[in-house]
Amino acid sequence: MEKEEIKNIKQTKEQWENTILKKTLEKFPERKEKFFTGSGKEVARLYTPIDLEDFEYEKNLGFPGNYPFTRGVQPTMYRGRFWTMRQYAGFGTAEESNRRYRYLLSQGQTGLSIAFDLPTQIGYDSDHPMSMGEVGKVGVAIDSLEDMEILFKDIPLDKVSTSMTINAPAAILLAMYMVVAEKQNVSPDKLKGTIQNDILKEYIARGTYIFPPAPSMRLITDIFKFCSQEIPLWNTISISGYHIREAGSTAIQEVAFTLADGIAYVQAARDAGLDIDEFAPRLSFFFNAHNDLLEEVAKFRAARRLWAKIMKERFGAKNPKSQMLRFHTQTAGCTLTAQQPDNNIIRVTLQALAAVLGGTQSLHTNSRDEALALPNEDSVRIALRTQQILAYESGVAETVDPLAGSYYVETLTNEIEEKALEYIDKIDKLGGVITAIEKGFIQQEIQNSAYQYQKEIEENKRIVVGVNKFQINEKYPEGLLRVNPEVGRRQIEKLHALKKTRDNQKVQDSLTDLEKAAKSDANLMPYILNCVRAYVTLGEICDVLKKEFGEYKESVKL
Amino acid sequence: MEEKKIRVLIAKPGLDGHDRGAKVVARALRDAGMEVIYTGLRQTPKQIVETAIQEDVDVIGLSILSGAHTHLFPEILKLLKENQIEDMIVIGGGVIPEEDIPELKKAGIVEIFTPGTDTRDIINLIKEKIKK
Repeated sequence: MEKEEIKNIKQTKEQWENTILKKTLEKFPERKEKFFTGSGKEVARLYTPIDLEDFEYEKNLGFPGNYPFTRGVQPTMYRGRFWTMRQYAGFGTAEESNRRYRYLLSQGQTGLSIAFDLPTQIGYDSDHPMSMGEVGKVGVAIDSLEDMEILFKDIPLDKVSTSMTINAPAAILLAMYMVVAEKQNVSPDKLKGTIQNDILKEYIARGTYIFPPAPSMRLITDIFKFCSQEIPLWNTISISGYHIREAGSTAIQEVAFTLADGIAYVQAARDAGLDIDEFAPRLSFFFNAHNDLLEEVAKFRAARRLWAKIMKERFGAKNPKSQMLRFHTQTAGCTLTAQQPDNNIIRVTLQALAAVLGGTQSLHTNSRDEALALPNEDSVRIALRTQQILAYESGVAETVDPLAGSYYVETLTNEIEEKALEYIDKIDKLGGVITAIEKGFIQQEIQNSAYQYQKEIEENKRIVVGVNKFQINEKYPEGLLRVNPEVGRRQIEKLHALKKTRDNQKVQDSLTDLEKAAKSDANLMPYILNCVRAYVTLGEICDVLKKEFGEYKESVKL
Repeated sequence: MEEKKIRVLIAKPGLDGHDRGAKVVARALRDAGMEVIYTGLRQTPKQIVETAIQEDVDVIGLSILSGAHTHLFPEILKLLKENQIEDMIVIGGGVIPEEDIPELKKAGIVEIFTPGTDTRDIINLIKEKIKK
């Protein structure tokens, strides 16, 4: 905008403040002295072109599918194709989960998202003492290729894309998926999907780590390299802010710490000799969609622009695909209330709307009953229908980046980018993300925000409908899902039967080869694939790697 | 005479990494004047009971969000009994279905706090049960 024009607007604004606004405020004071976003950033009464004085359309926004991708990564966005509707699911045995996946696909879901139980995520077989009480609880139990074959029975792997929330043992589960595809005669170049494979946020916020940072980063770069050659359409990592936000961070911290993790992965891969434009196009991201609609939209846009700049300016990536931040979104589990759980449907709708207005590539909508238990089938269907209503009925998918140009949204986008960059600079100065984690800096920043949030609720400065305002006496809901307590026993029986029937010489040989490879600097993926083919269990593979790599111990600070 | 502080062990049994609640509660109790020790993740029942004895705490607060509470909480109470610890109270929190609560209380858990709990309710309960 012309300098002259801004000057005029400033004058008019001042006049307005001194006359109309002043009179109104005298008669009707505002609800609060100060207003804040969901993340605690102060919000002004009104945003005008004055806030965007230095705004340059081409530089700040550009066109969708073009650098800096503020408006989206595809030129036509949802006019071409809706986002992938991908509900995270899995519980009990492979048989039960397979049934749930086929139900979701029959209801119009367009991609799978696999939840594994905690023993699987931490590298324990179901019969390990640490697994007691946990088998099949928060996801499906997978001990060996045998379980994975059942999990994807009658689901053609060349027709679906599959996202797997697996981190420390990501290489093993990916290998199992590849072997299942082999057995279905699906060629590797047809496989589409994502492994989360993001160990840094496990240290920061999610907790399913196994190995220390250095060997973990090696496993990750091994996967980058292997996949770029063998399964080119696979997203090799999903760099996740979701869990950082769930742990209590603000929107700015979510962007900052996620992109800082991204920087560490890119750096590690480059240090391992990989060419940036070969692996970077397969990096993907995963964000949270929290309650503050407009702040969240701005967050997604800011993250996209900042990552594009980092990739281009810091790392010299030339391929536009390397500069694009493609992301999955999940609505914020931490905002769901156990009180009046049907209200959660509305929360999820608003959060999902933010993700769509922010240009997400895929979306999981939480179910209303998740503050109480794993979701039952009815709740999951409503969650999926929420996405379908947004897609087909709300109209927001008919044009690209519809909120662009809003004075407020653009101002917020600028501010989130700027503040996130300040954090990234600080982490660089500390010596990078791994050092910042080891020092407990990132964890502490998140804990402070989480505590602040809780205090605000308890002091009624932050209203949560049904929790600290508008409460009712209610009956505890019925029909919640319970995982069959027999799952653990059945899984152990199956595992013991497998160990008797498989070729145990092959098992030993492939494990010995893996151990040797782990001591060298060979790429571990082919060795893990051999183990998996021989029905070596997840726990057996992880034990060999633990022996070589050691185990991570968290630094606990309050 | 100087008032002795209430000592609390906040522990994460099982494998889940959701420690936001545990850490928030730990800080709230500390701000309310208690001495708080936090174990970190993935503690076995045995480790938790050992730490509780070593630190001579008045209260053990267990946090779990994976659904393994029905198995792990009673395990911890059993170990306490075996060690003849009778002066500690055990409270729990997390995503715990209402129908599981009577059984957990029968096993000896004094109170279960579910999502949406005000930390002041936890503080009040502890202060009421532990008079120092």
